[in-house]
Amino acid sequence: MVELRMRDALNQALREEMIRDETIFLMGEDIGKYGGSYAVTKGLLDEFGEERVRDTPIAESGIVGAGIGAAMAGMRPMVEMMTINFSFLALDQIVNSAAKLYYMSNGQINVPMVVRMASGGGSQLAATHSHSLEGLYAHFPGIKVVCPSNAADAKGLLKRAFRDDNTVIFIEHTALYGVKGEVPDDPDFLVEFGQAKIMREGTDVTLVGYSGSVWQAYRAAELLQQEENISAEVIDLRTLRPLDIDTVIKSVKKTNRAVIVEDDWKFGGFAGELSAQIMERAFDWLDAPVARVCGKDVPMPYNRNLEFAALPSEEDVVEAVLGML
Amino acid sequence: MTAQATATTPSAGPGPGPEQLGLFLYQMMFIRRFEEKTGEMYTRGKVRGFLHLYTGQEACAVGAVNALAPQDKLVTHYRDHGHALARGMDPGRVMAELYGRKDGVSGGRGGSMHLYDASLGFLGGYAIVAAHLPLAVGLGLAARMQKKDFVTMCIFGDGSVGEGEFHEALNLAVLWKTPVVFFCENNLYGMGVPFAESLSTEIPKLAAAYNMPAVSIDGMDVLDVYRETQKAVAHCRAGNGPYFVEALTYRYRGHSMADPELYRLKEEIEQARKKDAIERLKRHMIAGKLLDDAAFAEISARVDRDVDAAVAFAEASPEPGLDTLMHGITKEPTNG
Repeated sequence: MVELRMRDALNQALREEMIRDETIFLMGEDIGKYGGSYAVTKGLLDEFGEERVRDTPIAESGIVGAGIGAAMAGMRPMVEMMTINFSFLALDQIVNSAAKLYYMSNGQINVPMVVRMASGGGSQLAATHSHSLEGLYAHFPGIKVVCPSNAADAKGLLKRAFRDDNTVIFIEHTALYGVKGEVPDDPDFLVEFGQAKIMREGTDVTLVGYSGSVWQAYRAAELLQQEENISAEVIDLRTLRPLDIDTVIKSVKKTNRAVIVEDDWKFGGFAGELSAQIMERAFDWLDAPVARVCGKDVPMPYNRNLEFAALPSEEDVVEAVLGML
Repeated sequence: MTAQATATTPSAGPGPGPEQLGLFLYQMMFIRRFEEKTGEMYTRGKVRGFLHLYTGQEACAVGAVNALAPQDKLVTHYRDHGHALARGMDPGRVMAELYGRKDGVSGGRGGSMHLYDASLGFLGGYAIVAAHLPLAVGLGLAARMQKKDFVTMCIFGDGSVGEGEFHEALNLAVLWKTPVVFFCENNLYGMGVPFAESLSTEIPKLAAAYNMPAVSIDGMDVLDVYRETQKAVAHCRAGNGPYFVEALTYRYRGHSMADPELYRLKEEIEQARKKDAIERLKRHMIAGKLLDDAAFAEISARVDRDVDAAVAFAEASPEPGLDTLMHGITKEPTNG
């Protein structure tokens, strides 16, 4: 174990995987000489050269499309989107080609590609630069959606992503890049997809989150314990597709209450999907309607106080829990 | 051949030999008959969905695709039957795909617009305009990185050139010196909008703007298409980067079966038919004593038989099982 920031854990995963598999190469805007907008690819150009660490023009659709083509021919590209907000420009390639080729070709063509994106609000970047689109990508069958909440998972999940035969949308919350955590240094360390993690055991309520929102849930659980003597179980989904609904259901059957926390808008978001699945599978165990603590239904404002009010906080989670007891 | 813009036009390829001319004639006649039959089966309700017939453009598919080597890759647009057949895809399995049957090349999952046969390097018809141009660049990039000897041909229509992905792909292809032949079938209409109303310049000039060699050719002349595409493929295979071909052609039928064709006159279609590629090759071969009326009738009868056999195969193929609906959405160690 070593203590690493999440960005360095991601860097380590890229490096280890590139050493392990020569078909892996990286493409993206400013991932080479600049070292990546969030410094995730720092140093990799020097180590692996321009052929495998490719600075590209600003052409999101073009580079994701090129990644798909390279993957179809047996390479394993990683395409960095710089931020998730720019991935809208590549959405057609992801949705209509990467997600569909395997099924539509009846198994003849697969697209083993990793698309990394920096996600989330909280940095006063206003409405165009503050999206949380994990739920959007999870909507599409044919791709996988991974969203780690800590350095160790980030490393293990990214390494696992390079060993998948499908396109993996790998979403990193910008607020977590600098957060340190203990990370295994075993080069074979992997975190499997579709395995949620119970971050904290509890008996009175289940709090479910992913990526950055896991920490709102976790801090709320600590507050509930200290101030209300309420025991909250916290689940980190880690991947939205595949989704480990069984772990959530098992927990809800124990606690009889569920609160889902996410940065994304509530309307049409992933929390609604999760809530529906809980009701479909654990209705008789619920002592209260499933609660959702989500981003406010508004384009993200620039002003710090307004932005803070638009994002879910641990106080919002505590309030939701108290409201259902 | 009419060279335009900055077209670099060294001598064209060696051209087809007599046997190849026979193959070209057969293939063009086969594609036309196959498409006519497909249209008939659409009106009879056997073929469904959006159906875009290739009739009129046969010289493009036959001339261009035959310039490829077996190891080469091909991605194309949704008017893809002609390219698939010219590449050697089994006609019975193509027709079965149009029928949505189990033995279709895509197992009945893709239909007319999404044909695939990876064993032939035929990596798909793409139904989102210009979406496959960046894919072709990626295929070319892989060839370079893997030091493999395959060229990628990317066929698209004139409707693609207004899309951002067209420009992104051409720029990347030149920057990365990828072995990709960009083959534009300019049939003069993007659905119903005349080409002249949708582009402010000429197509080869767009390629030239990205420093890509470009030619404009008569896409109704299979010999011209073949020779120019041979040259393009050789350019790419020699490691000189991408090459652009615009082939001027014409589709005889509507954009799709749903097209009432309010945007053009019958006279225009009749005018185009005077340049019909099959008739031209037939005349050329008769003049060269490579064909006579009896031999032509024989080919025609063989085409009819082969198309009928494709239909019979499709008719006999079962529907895909309902139990397969959810199979193979992602590739897993358990199903790969």
